[in-house]
Amino acid sequence: MIRINVTSVLVDDQAKALAFYTEKLGFQKKTDVPAGEARWLTVVSPADPDGVELLLEPDGHPAAGAFKEALAADGIPWTQFAVDDVPAEVERLKALGVHFTQDATDLGPVVTAVLDDTCGNLIQLAAMT
Amino acid sequence: MVDDAGPADAALFRALADATRRTILDELTERDGQTLFEICGRLSVRHGLTSSRQAISQHLAVLEEAGLVHSRREGRHKLHHLDTGPLRAVVERWPIDPTE
Repeated sequence: MIRINVTSVLVDDQAKALAFYTEKLGFQKKTDVPAGEARWLTVVSPADPDGVELLLEPDGHPAAGAFKEALAADGIPWTQFAVDDVPAEVERLKALGVHFTQDATDLGPVVTAVLDDTCGNLIQLAAMT
Repeated sequence: MVDDAGPADAALFRALADATRRTILDELTERDGQTLFEICGRLSVRHGLTSSRQAISQHLAVLEEAGLVHSRREGRHKLHHLDTGPLRAVVERWPIDPTE
């Protein structure tokens, strides 16, 4: 049976990304091994340490910049994380200085919000209602 | 009879003539300063409007031309803001009696 073990976000700086994803969002570091000029650097949720790993992938490819910029301009989050309570999480993260492009919005079956990960990505937080 | 309304009025009434554009104004009234992504999400999930992102972008351009929406970049993001100012032209042209 096929399953998802790793998914990626393209980050402009791996050290900065690790700090943001652990200290602000609350993930924990799982794997950190040198891989050429970069690191194979993943984080996981403390709620599921053996679950899907998020790879903090360097965005050095020349096409990545234009792609990320276009998504950011239109406010499009490429990646989504689940939380239990979106408004509470928005409040917690705002207190830590995290910037949101979309506040908690009740869309019926789901409540969502969109934050800036400071590494060039917008991330959607979601809770099914 | 000739309607001597200027091009600004023509753009305003054209913008308001479309139901999707009116819904965009409703959603911006509820929360001002939205990205294209948020507007598209609200239209699709709350109103069942499944227009493409490109179509919504064109609707926003029409609203901007009428001065009802202003977009500005905030950092790397482009946010859309509501401006009801142009609607004043409607009540100035056909005044409403405030005592009625």
